[in-house]
Amino acid sequence: MTVAVLAFYAFSIVGVVAALMVTLSRNPVHSVLWLILTFLSAAGLMVLLGAEFVAMLLIIVYVGAVAVLFLFVVMMLDVDFAELKSEMVKYMPLGLLVAVVVLIQLGFGLGAWATSEGAMGLRQAVTPDAAVTENTKALGLLMYDTYLYLFQLSGLILLVAMIGAIVLTLRHRKDIKRQNVLHQMWRDPAKALEMVDVKPGQGL
Amino acid sequence: MDTLSSDYLPILVLLAVAVGLGIILILAAAVLAVRNPDPEKVSAYECGFNAFDDARMKFDVRFYLVSILFIIFDLEVAFLFPWAVAFADISMLGFWSMMVFLAVLTVGFAYEWKKGALEWA
Repeated sequence: MTVAVLAFYAFSIVGVVAALMVTLSRNPVHSVLWLILTFLSAAGLMVLLGAEFVAMLLIIVYVGAVAVLFLFVVMMLDVDFAELKSEMVKYMPLGLLVAVVVLIQLGFGLGAWATSEGAMGLRQAVTPDAAVTENTKALGLLMYDTYLYLFQLSGLILLVAMIGAIVLTLRHRKDIKRQNVLHQMWRDPAKALEMVDVKPGQGL
Repeated sequence: MDTLSSDYLPILVLLAVAVGLGIILILAAAVLAVRNPDPEKVSAYECGFNAFDDARMKFDVRFYLVSILFIIFDLEVAFLFPWAVAFADISMLGFWSMMVFLAVLTVGFAYEWKKGALEWA
């Protein structure tokens, strides 16, 4: 058994166990931590597949950013778990029904899935030879002109996400004082100060 | 692919050492440490007075805004990496498509700056 095979089994077993623990652990914060472990082992599997750019992206974007966002959401939820558990019994039949429907749909979908003979060749035809070009460069050569529209579409999706997040969550508080640096710098002493000649023995 | 795997072998070894060391330290704490807990020792300690309430409380939604903006620019940078790696061989169309992409996100950045989403209060 080579190192690669050993690493594959280690990463996949850790990945599956961690994914199970995401759903099984009672504390949602622990779930998020298990989710990070799942992402990391998936990144390891990607490296073994030769897709190192995807692996690094998984670590940078999913572990670095998405998991943190999940943690924020979990902490923002403010859930009472005892109440949740009593509710759970009530909604259990409906939840099970939905789960069974989704499972049947997945079964139909996977049952009807057929791979055509030339699919592998078609997929490899567009990319430069993997033995010569490393995959990050191959991606760079393809993504920005062959798949121009999809790339621009992703940029627009990011723009919409940015504007949506700002519109939905930005609230400016009116009741606090803010520092305005330019206002401070342009303040005129002639208007701000008044010289008063106070006679001795008299008040103002 | 084999060369790629051998390139990553030192990282794999480092990972194995890190996991092994972590497990050894946790096990050592579980096996060697002296433990005789009582209710006062295991209760939450908050500068001498009793804890007011649960640690789970509502966060300000602005933390969420900051992290979502972070993710968006993170993804923008992620798109820049393959472009930079392939820069020498990329077509003119590829170059300008990235410029348009950056321009679109700069519009978003200007909007965000103008709206004051980058200011804390």
